[in-house]
Amino acid sequence: MTYNINEKGYYGEFGGAYIPEMLYPNVEELRENYLKIMAEPEFQKEFNQLLKDYVGRPSPLYFAKRLSEKFNTKIYLKREDLNHTGAHKINNTIGQILMAKRLGKHRIIAETGAGQHGVATATVCALMGLECIVYMGEIDIARQAPNVARMKMLGATVVPALSGSRTLKDATNEAIRDWINNPVDTHYIIGSVVGPHPYPDMVARFQAVVSEEIQWQLQEHEGKTKPDYVVACVGGGSNAAGAYYHFLEDTNIKLIAVEAAGKGIHSGESAATSVLGKEGIIHGSKTLLMQTPDGQITEPYSISAGLDYPGVGPMHAHLYKSGRAQFISITDDQAMKAGLELCQLEGIIPAIESSHALAVFEQKTFLPEDVVVLSLSGRGDKDLETYINYFNL
Amino acid sequence: MNRINKKIQESKKILSIYFTAGYPKTDDTVNIIQNLEKSGVDMIEIGLPFSDPLADGPTIQASSTQALKNGMTTEVLFKQLKDIRESVNIPLIIMGYFNPILQYGVEAFCKKCEEIGIDGLIIPDLPVDVYNEKYKATFEKHGLINVFLITPQTSVERIRFIDSISNGFIYMVSSASVTGSQSGFGDEQTNYFKRIADMNLKNPQIIGFGISDNKTFLQATQFSKGAIIGSAFIKHLTKEGVTKINSFVKSILK
Repeated sequence: MTYNINEKGYYGEFGGAYIPEMLYPNVEELRENYLKIMAEPEFQKEFNQLLKDYVGRPSPLYFAKRLSEKFNTKIYLKREDLNHTGAHKINNTIGQILMAKRLGKHRIIAETGAGQHGVATATVCALMGLECIVYMGEIDIARQAPNVARMKMLGATVVPALSGSRTLKDATNEAIRDWINNPVDTHYIIGSVVGPHPYPDMVARFQAVVSEEIQWQLQEHEGKTKPDYVVACVGGGSNAAGAYYHFLEDTNIKLIAVEAAGKGIHSGESAATSVLGKEGIIHGSKTLLMQTPDGQITEPYSISAGLDYPGVGPMHAHLYKSGRAQFISITDDQAMKAGLELCQLEGIIPAIESSHALAVFEQKTFLPEDVVVLSLSGRGDKDLETYINYFNL
Repeated sequence: MNRINKKIQESKKILSIYFTAGYPKTDDTVNIIQNLEKSGVDMIEIGLPFSDPLADGPTIQASSTQALKNGMTTEVLFKQLKDIRESVNIPLIIMGYFNPILQYGVEAFCKKCEEIGIDGLIIPDLPVDVYNEKYKATFEKHGLINVFLITPQTSVERIRFIDSISNGFIYMVSSASVTGSQSGFGDEQTNYFKRIADMNLKNPQIIGFGISDNKTFLQATQFSKGAIIGSAFIKHLTKEGVTKINSFVKSILK
């Protein structure tokens, strides 16, 4: 069995491109070209240069000594939080903006939930001098004012998504509708390993730099390229896809995917798609998603805006179904506690998304000699208000 | 012979009307269908509402959201349509997104459609290749025509391919847009209509998206077999309810 994508655009039975005919030319153009363009030496050179000089890569692989002592195992944090704009999201937007330029597109659209991907997209559009329109749910705009301001300062137009539940999934719908209305000059920068083929694969490849670095960094630290475990949180799943990418086919390396259980898996306010989801179609991809028995997509909940997506990328649906990755659900409370613990043990304030991954150590026992690499996907600055309210700081 | 094929053979231009099942009220479905037929409509697309209708503009989205709030489901719709063929003779097509159909079970869905007397399906997000590989046999077994879409961006080769696998008609999307976002047709659309007409396809084309009144209906049908109205009819229902359907249809066909 392979855990990578096949030539038809599927991970096992998941993936594909379930899109209306109106989108076919756009998606087909991308599908025909993305691998070719990514393989061009000039593209590689420009991509790597920007990751180095602009994003600040490689991001450190940090041995978290005190955290390791506490849980009696070897914990390495992959510090994506130190990237420019504060999360792993920029790896993908750098790649896609270069892709868009080579496809001759001069108008960029994106969706965003909490605003992290929106900021990362607005950033690279400013960098390249391209027009940028970010769709964001009306409700999210109200709760994420600082990121809305950042996007505006970076020159982007933020368009409120007024349909449906007015959150991330509706922002994604609006971005797709924009692409239908502007099929020739526009590139859609999707923020996660979701959407129709080739997006999940393309985004995973742009994020793969994370696991590529882990290999040689671990060699320096431990004298071996392979960890025993890779742990990452999963909303749509792009940071997990990047952290897993080079380890997918080596089943000696155990993969742990952490989902948001919200207020409890069966509380009715959760985003634990692997438990609550069923196979279906969302945003052009066949995957696991949360839905009613009648096939209507439901609204997830998590204290972390980056994890409350009602689906997961098709790669993760396949990793779940095949048993290749272990899925663990973490509640709001467990995540907040783990986040605060990292602050106090290591002096790092994590994004609440990453705090979900950190909470794994309370749920699962590792051996003292296990090397556990955890993707610290983002920094906590954006979540300060949530932390303040939660802990009454 | 399928009612769609029979209707296509008539010499007249076809007016097809789309409405969202369960809107404005849950139980309006049968009433709307009967009134549309009485008013002279040739074909009806019954919209199965979906929470995330990607190809639709604000009007149809809002009607879908309301219909779902009203309690419309696949099961409810099938119950409402159970005896529809006792009173209605024109072709009936169900238009819906793929996920609700997938959850119902494609085979079970098609079987139910056949029992009721549904003639065809339009599923915008079911790709042609997946349909051919996995579902074509099921549709055909239950006598259902699957209607494919083309747009101004669809390549000539792909149009020829879609024509070769179509049976009934081709749903021609008038412009690069979601539903309900156009007002009137310009040269660009007219040229596109002519270009497709000149291809002499085996299947007739029925144009949808952007038809809202008598003028756009005549423009569209000058180069095609017929036209589909959706958003404009939903707007009419929102304003007037189900009582003045006849006057809406007459205003299109005047």
